[in-house]
This record gives sequence, structure tokens and C-alpha cells, in this order.
Amino acid sequence: MENILKIENIEKYYGNKSNLTKAINNISFDVDKGEFVAIMGASGSGKTTLLNCISTLDKVTSGHIYVGGNDITKLKGNNLNKFRREELGFIFQDFNLLDTLTAYENIALALSIQNENVKTIDEKVKKVAEDLNIEDVLKKYPYQMSGGQKQRVSSARAIITNPKLILADEPTGALDSKSAKMLLERFNYLNEWLKATILMVTHDAFTASYASRVIFIKDGRIFNNLNRGLDTRKEFFDKIIDVVTMLGGDLNDAL
Amino acid sequence: MMLFKLSVKNVTKSMKDYAIYFFTLILGTSIFYVFNAIESQTVLLDVTSSTMDIIKLMTNILSGVSVFVSFILGFLIIYASRFLIKRRNKEFGIYMTLGMGKRKISIILFMETLIIGVISMFVGIVIGIVLSQLMSVFVSNMFEADMTKFEFVFSGSACIKTLIYFGIMYLLVMIFNTYNISRCKLIDLLYANKKSETVRLKNPVICTALFIISSCVLGYAYYIVTDDSIGAKDLDYIFKPIILGVVSTFLIFWSLSGLLLRMFQGSKKYYYKGLNSFTLRQISSKINTTVISMTVICLALFVTICVLSASLCIKNSMTENLETSAPADLELEFCMNLSDEDNSNTKGQKYTVKEILNELDFDIDSYMEEYIEINTYCSENLTLGDTLGSKFDEIKNKYTYLGYDDEEKIIKLSDYNRLAGIYGKEKFTLNENEYIIIADFDSMIEIRNRVLMEKQAINVFGHNLIPKYTECKDGFIEMSANHLNTGIIVVPDDVIDENFIYANYLIGNYKAKDKDARIKTEEEIINTLESNNKINNYKGFEGTTKLMIAQASIGLGALVTFIGLYLGIVFLISSAAILALKELSESSDNKERFNMLRRIGADEKMINKALFNQIAIFFLFPLLLAIIHSFFGIKFCNIVLEFFGNKGLFSSIIMTAVFLVIIYGGYFLLTYFCSRNIIKER
Repeated sequence: MENILKIENIEKYYGNKSNLTKAINNISFDVDKGEFVAIMGASGSGKTTLLNCISTLDKVTSGHIYVGGNDITKLKGNNLNKFRREELGFIFQDFNLLDTLTAYENIALALSIQNENVKTIDEKVKKVAEDLNIEDVLKKYPYQMSGGQKQRVSSARAIITNPKLILADEPTGALDSKSAKMLLERFNYLNEWLKATILMVTHDAFTASYASRVIFIKDGRIFNNLNRGLDTRKEFFDKIIDVVTMLGGDLNDAL
Repeated sequence: MMLFKLSVKNVTKSMKDYAIYFFTLILGTSIFYVFNAIESQTVLLDVTSSTMDIIKLMTNILSGVSVFVSFILGFLIIYASRFLIKRRNKEFGIYMTLGMGKRKISIILFMETLIIGVISMFVGIVIGIVLSQLMSVFVSNMFEADMTKFEFVFSGSACIKTLIYFGIMYLLVMIFNTYNISRCKLIDLLYANKKSETVRLKNPVICTALFIISSCVLGYAYYIVTDDSIGAKDLDYIFKPIILGVVSTFLIFWSLSGLLLRMFQGSKKYYYKGLNSFTLRQISSKINTTVISMTVICLALFVTICVLSASLCIKNSMTENLETSAPADLELEFCMNLSDEDNSNTKGQKYTVKEILNELDFDIDSYMEEYIEINTYCSENLTLGDTLGSKFDEIKNKYTYLGYDDEEKIIKLSDYNRLAGIYGKEKFTLNENEYIIIADFDSMIEIRNRVLMEKQAINVFGHNLIPKYTECKDGFIEMSANHLNTGIIVVPDDVIDENFIYANYLIGNYKAKDKDARIKTEEEIINTLESNNKINNYKGFEGTTKLMIAQASIGLGALVTFIGLYLGIVFLISSAAILALKELSESSDNKERFNMLRRIGADEKMINKALFNQIAIFFLFPLLLAIIHSFFGIKFCNIVLEFFGNKGLFSSIIMTAVFLVIIYGGYFLLTYFCSRNIIKER
């Protein structure tokens, strides 16, 4: 399998010498092409910091992150933006849609930033809307949509540029359980049929159970690593719950 | 004390957000000071007593205008502080959840206003004092006084006045803030920025229809004001186009906000390029909610442009006219045919000016190098209506308010030629059946020329005369600062019936030639005549001099310029500041949006460009319409103020443009840089 994301001994410290917080303490792992990886951990475990480092919104203190073979910790200025624009897709907990634009325009914006021509934009938007089942909301504004629809629009915007890696930060955090399920099924569809590589951060075991692999993080370190293998989702969910229990009280409230 | 600390910290912390607010306050204060300090600068000027009177009048008017200006600035400050409070809703919400009472929050706000007020007043007055030194150069230049020595002027009264006026304004702001705080609910404060505004899209058909209709209405309003007969119409007549203009301006902004987006969306290639779709949506979503302020700003800009260019233009022509419109030193007049009420005791008195002077024991010859005596005549058998002859009905339809029953003034050819000799004008000859019309008031010349073209014959004291020329000839009898002669008929000497004498003039030049000697001569003449009681027996006796006209017109020119500058600049600042604050107050929303753009990979260059475009369009929109308005507005001013002449219109427009670029452009750049700072990451 081709290696999309390679993380080597990264560390992230906050604060100064007298008062040092290690948000990430020597983490290494790989994500292969076509994988759907969930990162689980309690609040403060460092999972969002990890995602921010991968998405280049934040800088690591030491270590290297390779995306498609390029060391992104060495990127600077506009190359960073170019990298973000062309290699990554983002999905956020609070959707991060522009409230002044319609769903269609929100999705198209990701392409128009790359100076794609109008015809391709239109084709691609229609195609991705079909994939994510949001064709009927394309003309609507964010405030006219449900949370689930918003998150699918946001996902459409993330994948339309055909990124190497899709980063999702608590994508189901603001959704009701029905919408969350529907979204995760779409993620599975994107993963299986469109071969999208997804890295998702969550503290919810149910959400994590849709992934093909779950990495557990506690206090800035990798605590455990679960592969779904041939398990059904239910079986995988039970295994995740076991690990969560093992993690201790921190995650007890996570269900 | 803790509250005070909090206030100080708040002010210093949010200095960046307050920059425009501060800037506006300081600018407002310093301008207020500068214009109120003019009085103390003019005291030092070496000018005649009559100029001093005009200066007194000017400072009185300026202080009246200051009251008006303080209202505008007061509104502006309240408006601005409301914006700033809105931005800090969340902060106040947090104070309240921590158990701070509304009273204490009011106290915090009170102290913040106090701190800001004190600082801005202090800085404003200091800058004002510096600026007013430049102003004094300008003032002395204006009144053509010699700036023999430069003196540092500090006007205590202007300073105190500024403090009082602005103090009252800040007091109002404090009251207003307290009221605002007492009204709001905690939940609204905490979640103020979570409420996203609903974007109502307007029906494009209605928008298009409205746009077309309002453009037509605006065009009609333009037509009304630039129709050249408007100068002769009633004053009420102007309200119609003003109301039409205001309403259609509003509707144009309203419909344009819906249309503009559609138009650009039509061009998909443009719309889906870079951040264009984002920028356009930003603008249209804001225009939706700011149509009213856009209208106000557009109209304020329009007023600014018109006031500035018209006042500068009047000033230019005022000073330029003098050489041609007051060519002789002294003009004395005795009008024998005043209306009944005016001179019941002198009715029918027929004196010449010379006879009156002799009666007063005044020896005019000792002062004068040369002078002439001439008569004018008039008869109720020759009114303006009669002169217009066959064209009368046509002209009356168009210019309803002209005095068609006014008797025409008539002058003998020989008298006129002597006058022309003194004035250095063209002399004429006439055949026995010919007449000439002398005029210099442009719109009347135009009317009269139409009649003269037809070779209209007139009847003067029983003689039938035809025009020698097909147009009016330039000239006048009575000197004045402006071209006000609507027409005097020159006829052959034989035609005149001496029974119809109307007025007698004595016009001439002093013996004294240099400026000081002439001033001295003039003062002697005026003092001698005015101190003589017998002069009251002659009601129709009056006079004017070159110097008087010069001073009056310099004074009037200065008056108009200062008031124009004052009002123009204040309007300009107000409208630019409102726009700037509106832009900035929304930058917190924008901050999130721009962060979103960053996350999906838009680079800084693109983002800055989008921000620039957004702000630029917002500033340009009202300006553009205001410029179109002003084009017709200035045309209108030209027609109305025709007797002032329109010399140097071009240069005054350039001056206006310079003011506009500096102040409006300055605000635009300031807004852009402040916004860029606000949306910057972290």
C-alpha cells in the first residue's frame, strides 16, 4: 500500500522552560492510501493539536510529518497555503461554511481558489453533490439547512479538490445521532468507493467504530492501536469500548 | 478603582479597534477648534473697519454653523460608540455572568468614554492649534491683508468652546450608553455573534423594474434641476427634485443590492474565479442591511461635493469680477422715482446729485479728478413685457417669475458714451430710429437676445425704434461685485422726454491714486456726508465705491469659502467615518470567515485582495452615485448662482477632488489596514 501520511517522532510543547506542557509527546504512525483512521482521546489528550500539526495550522516542536513523501514541517508561507489547498481537505465540527454563500458556492469556492475553470467546477460540484446526497440543498444557504446537511456540504467541499488526505475534526460533534449515522455512512462510501483517505479525530466511540483503524491517544502519547480487520461494526464498537474502559475514567463519559 | 483599571486596560487593549473612532474624534475636535479660532486670528489682521464688520459677521455665522456641526458630530459619536459597544457584547456578557451589575458596567463604559474623550479632546485641540497657524496664513491671504509678521495664535475662547461642546456630546454619549446597557439581556449579550443574519434574496424582476423606474425618476429630477429656466422659478419648486432624488437614491441602492449579484452571477467565468464569489456575497449581504446608511452617505457626499465646489467657485469669481464690474472709484445716485411709500415727502423731487451735494455744502470737485453726471429714464409705457414684444407669451410661459411689469431703464446715447469713457467700455453710435440693450446678467442676456434676433421694434416716448444689434452689448451703469445688470436701453438723445427722468448719477475717479490715500479720501467723503443731517431729506440718495465693493466681495467670498469648507469637511468626515466604522464593526464576523478561507487554502495575497475589493467597492458605491448627483447638482448651482459668475469652476472642482481624495481616501486606507489587522491570524 502507498503511504499517504507518515508521522515521525513528533513533539509539540507549549509554554516556556519553567512551565512546559507537552501536548504531543513523541508520536509516530503511518496512514496508508485508502485508509479510514480515527484518532480517539479525551479532551486535552492532544488529538486536536495533532490534527492541527498535520493540517499545518500549527507547527511541531520537533519531528517530521510527510504527506505523499513531502516533509510538510519544512513548508513556509504560500507553499503552506498551496499545500493546504491542493493536498488536504478539511471537515470541522462546526461546519465552517460561509453563511453568505449558498451550498453550491461554498463547495465551488474550494475549486475557484485553485483557479479551476467554470465548466469543471460545475461538473465536479454536481458529481460530489450526488455522492453525498445533497443535490436538493445546493441552492440553499447554510441557515436553511439541517446540521447533517451542513456537514455533508462541508464534506463535499473537503473532497471536491480530490485531496490526498481528508482531515475531519469531530465531524459528528454537532450532529444528532441520526444525522451523525448518515454522515458516517457517507464517509464509508467515500472511503470505499472513491478511495478517499480519511483521518478523523473524535472522542465518540460510535463515530470511531466506522473507521478501519482507531488510534488511541492519552496525555500526548499513543496508548493503543485497534484494527477493525474483518469485524462487523458492532464487534469493532465493543472492542473500542473495551479500550476506552481500559483508558480509565477519562473517557467514561464519552459514550 | 478596580473598575477604573479595567476601563484603562480596555481602552489600551482595544486601541486597534478604536483607531478610526479616535481618528474621527480628533479630526472633529481639531476642525471645530480651527474654525472657531478664526476670530482671534482676524483680530491681528491689518484691515479696514468695513472689512472688520464683515469678519464679525463671518465669525457670527461660523459660530452658528458650529452649533449645526456639533449636532452632526454628536450624532456621529453616538453612532460610533453604539457600534463599538456592539462589538463588545460578549465582554459585557461575561462581566454580567460574573455578577457585575448593569450599573457597574455603565460605570466602566462611562470611564472609558471619559478617558477617550479627554485624550481625544486634548490631542484634537493640540492638532487644532497647529492647524490654525496654517489657517491664519490662509485667512490673511483671503482678506488680502499683509502678513507682516507671523504670530503664534492661541484662541482661549475657541478652546473653551470646543471643550464645552464636545463635553456635552460625550455626556450625551454616556447617557446613551447607560440607557443601552440597561436595556439589554444577558443571553443576547453572550450569544450576540451567534445570531447570523438571514439573507433575504430579493426578487430580481422587482429589483430590475425598480432599478429602471428609479433611474428614470432620478433622470427626471436631474432634468428639472438643470433646466435653465429654474433660476427664474419659485423656491418651492426645488423641493420636488430633492425629494425625488432622495427617494430614487434609496431605491437605487435597494434594487442594486439585489441586481448587482445577479449581474455578476450571470458571468460564471468571473463569479467563480478566485474569491470573487465570496467578495460579492459579502458585499451584497451587507448592502442588504445597509441600504439606508448607504443612502445617507451618498447624499452627504453629494452635499459635500456641491458645497465645496460651489463655495470655492463663488470665491474665485468674486475676486475675479472686481476689475471689470467696479471700474470707477465712486458712484453716487439719486433716485427720483421711488415707489410711493418710500418717499412720500420727496415725491416728485427732481434734484441731480450735484444739486444735493451743493445743498449739503459739500465740494465734490476737491476730491475728484474726473466725474460725469448722467440720467436714466423710465415710463410705464415701456415695461419688460413690452420690450419682449412678440416673444412675450412664449417667454412668460417658461420663466414665470420674471418681473414683466417692471419699467425698463432708458439712457441717452451721449450719457452712455460718457459713462463708457469713464468705465473704459466700448462707445456706440446710433441712427435716429435705433436702440441698443446693455446687459451683463447672462440668463437675461439670453432671453433678450432671442427678442433682438427678431428685430423687435419698441416704442420709446412715442418713437418707434428697432434694435441696432441682434444681441445685447456688455455693460452696466451701477457698479456691483457681480454681473447684475438685466438690461438698459440706450436710445438716441432726441428720443428722451425729460419729464420721465428716473435717476441721476455722479460717477468718477478720485484724485488720490495709491491705496492708502484713496482709503483716506473715501473716509472723508463718507464721514462728511453721513454727519450732515440734511442728507435725511433726500431718501433716494445713495452711493457706492470701488473699495466698498471690493471689501464686500472679498468678505462674502471668504464667508462662503469658510462656511463651505467647514460644512464640507464635517460632512465628508462624518460619512467616511460611518462607512469605516460599519466596515470595521463587521470585521469580527469577517475574521471567522477569512479564517475559514485560510483553512481551505486561500493564501494571504488572495485574502487581502478580497478584503481590499470588498472595502473599496463599499466606499466607491456611494461615492459613484454621489459624483453623478453632483454633476447635475453643480450644474444647478451654476444656474442658480449665475450672478456670481462661474469663473474657475474647473479649478474649484479640482480642489474639491483633492479634499475628497485626501479625507475619503484616507479613511478608506485606514479602514483597509485596520480590517487587515483584525482579520490577521492570531
